[in-house]
Amino acid sequence: MGDLGEFCRLYGNVPVDQFRGYGWVFCSGVLITLLVGVACIPVVIVLGLLGAWAKLSHNRLARSVGMTYTTIVRGVPELVLILLTYYGITLVLQNVLSAIAGRQVIVDINPFLAGVMTLGLIYGAFATEVFRGAYLAVDRGQIEAAKAYGMNKETAFLRVIMPQMLRFALPGLGNVWMVLIKATSLMSVIQLEELMRMSDIAARAVRMPFTFYFAASILYLTITIISIWALHRGESWANRGVRRA
Amino acid sequence: MKKLLTLAVAAFAFAAVSTGADAEMNNVRIGTEGAYPPFNSIDENGNLVGFDIDIANALCEAAGFDCEFVVQDWDGIIDGLNTNKYDAIIASMSITDKRKEVVDFTAKYYNTPAKFIAVKGGSFDFADGTGLDGVKVGVQGATIHEDFVRKVWPYAEVVTYATQDEANADLASGRVDLVMADSVALDFGFLQTDAGACCEFAGPDYNDPVIHGEGAGIAVRKNEPELLDALNAALKQILSDGTYKAINDKYFPYNVYGEDLPAM
Amino acid sequence: MGLDAIYDNLDKFAAGLWLTMQLTLISSAIGLALAVPIALGRLSSNPFVKWPIFGYMFYFRGTPLLVQIFLIYYGSGQFVPALKAIGLWDGFFREAYFCALLTLTLNTAAYTAEILRGAILGVPHGEVEAAKAVGMSRVLRLRRVILPRAFRIALPAYTNEFVFLFQATSLVSVITLLDLTGIARDLIAETFRSMQIWIFTGALYCAISYFFFWLFRRLEWRWSGHLRPRPGMAPAKRKAAGAEPAETPAIVTR
Repeated sequence: MGDLGEFCRLYGNVPVDQFRGYGWVFCSGVLITLLVGVACIPVVIVLGLLGAWAKLSHNRLARSVGMTYTTIVRGVPELVLILLTYYGITLVLQNVLSAIAGRQVIVDINPFLAGVMTLGLIYGAFATEVFRGAYLAVDRGQIEAAKAYGMNKETAFLRVIMPQMLRFALPGLGNVWMVLIKATSLMSVIQLEELMRMSDIAARAVRMPFTFYFAASILYLTITIISIWALHRGESWANRGVRRA
Repeated sequence: MKKLLTLAVAAFAFAAVSTGADAEMNNVRIGTEGAYPPFNSIDENGNLVGFDIDIANALCEAAGFDCEFVVQDWDGIIDGLNTNKYDAIIASMSITDKRKEVVDFTAKYYNTPAKFIAVKGGSFDFADGTGLDGVKVGVQGATIHEDFVRKVWPYAEVVTYATQDEANADLASGRVDLVMADSVALDFGFLQTDAGACCEFAGPDYNDPVIHGEGAGIAVRKNEPELLDALNAALKQILSDGTYKAINDKYFPYNVYGEDLPAM
Repeated sequence: MGLDAIYDNLDKFAAGLWLTMQLTLISSAIGLALAVPIALGRLSSNPFVKWPIFGYMFYFRGTPLLVQIFLIYYGSGQFVPALKAIGLWDGFFREAYFCALLTLTLNTAAYTAEILRGAILGVPHGEVEAAKAVGMSRVLRLRRVILPRAFRIALPAYTNEFVFLFQATSLVSVITLLDLTGIARDLIAETFRSMQIWIFTGALYCAISYFFFWLFRRLEWRWSGHLRPRPGMAPAKRKAAGAEPAETPAIVTR
């Protein structure tokens, strides 16, 4: 993180007097925020697909695992989940690995990885519902036609269902992205140096909280605006060739 | 789509998990808060600076360790030690019996009294037990100062903050009437800064041996005698060879050790 | 096992829960009341009404709640002289309680207004035309036809918003308030039993969240009586009319 700070101090410094030399915090904060968001994408998608598969499965065990997963995430506040996972997971992992290895194992998960894992876990549950709804929205006729063609289940899924699922899932996934990016601000409580924490450090050092938090909020808004535009483009692309009702 | 996925995987690989076998004796990670000037804080270049940091570096040099610092918020700082995020806490943590139940401490490395600060011109009744009736007192949560105020002035209204800076800010804006903390941290970390021009010390020094303990020490996990002994030995060394005095004088015009330094 | 940390402090947990419920119920009530005029304003054709409201909604929906909380609480501390001059310091911004209430209310009003806006637009146009044809004035139309229908449409999404608000109150622990999460953090600092306390707190939030979900589903059931089959209907028609209450979408993101 030190290199990022260096980089931002050199190129990303906003030399506004108000910021009293801390103008670079926005540059490094925004970059880390976006990095966390992007790193969460594969975790969220994989967990979302797994969860949706579990909830739609004929297997009772899979269904209950899926349901427990979404139930817990839906019922517990994100702040509590984040603090629980950050301290809890390391402890559990250490105890388990130490028991297996027979000696004390130290598992040092840096805040970035912890943040990505936690956010991925939480929003994977949101994505589960999105994918589940998207799967159910695919026309049954398509699946029948695939069977009629003699495709086995895997081919039918990859070639026919998945592409259409993605079209239905995109608005929901876009929604998840928007909430995810805002939730990265909660990572500040586990000392991850994203935008909220960096603004906090600067605000406390120069004692101008309104200035820094307001600037941070404008940056979040900018990320939101760009995301909305990108999602709009994505939805048009995904819906190409589809006749509008 | 592929590019996004590749970027995502690359970002994911950016994080690192390290599994070490036993605690490396030579590579010691030190946990600190970074929000308690002048003892530990983050300057505008993003670096950890302060008395605690300098002492930590001096100790590492004396003991022959390679040290790196890990920033951790105060309310999770002991948790972080016990979950192996770092091996020692050097963050102006006072040695108290309650903490001794979960961690081990070295000998103290400084001991300064606690004091109140208030907006200039105020007057308060500091009588033990009955005073400060209905007065709002800001303290940092999970500190000896919180325990002390609750014990000695049960009628005061205690407001706890995550960091000392937040408590000071709310004193300046008038949300609390008094703030109690370490007198040196209040003096150099707040009163002598621009934002602290509003305020001044109020009331006497407080140094209760039971609640305030012997002073600030270095916390390590229980059952790690080698690390504890190494740190204690290093501490003895810097106290007697002039390093401690040099660091003390760099920050403060008076001795913060709490007693005379051992002879050279 | 370390569970004594929980048993001994049940009264503190109760106090924290009470504060959480206060914040949830008060801010949701005021937020809902505000959301109606805000939603109507958003749908107005007058640009001087529409755009400022759009700006407000965009700001509060597009920025994280944590930033909003810090902004209002610590940010107001930067403007004490000005606030004192207009008499809003003592008695309002000075108190963390009111700062939290203000932030939560503004936040939930923005999200609720967006839900209501979608719901108002979703009212079947035929009903609105019929109301116009009968000669109802705009206010009467709103009161008798549009809003009741819109509330029914909005209920599933509003359920999610309400539960989210309940969980979001956990963030006020960062501005010194001792809600359920604040008490939990306090107790952990005192007893060092972080896992037990977090699991207990999480379970408490979970149980109460599901209680609210159940409560709102009952409300939905009550309000959709006219859509459900009546006794004495033919079985096929009964099934078509939907004998079971509709399932709330499991997680609807804000």
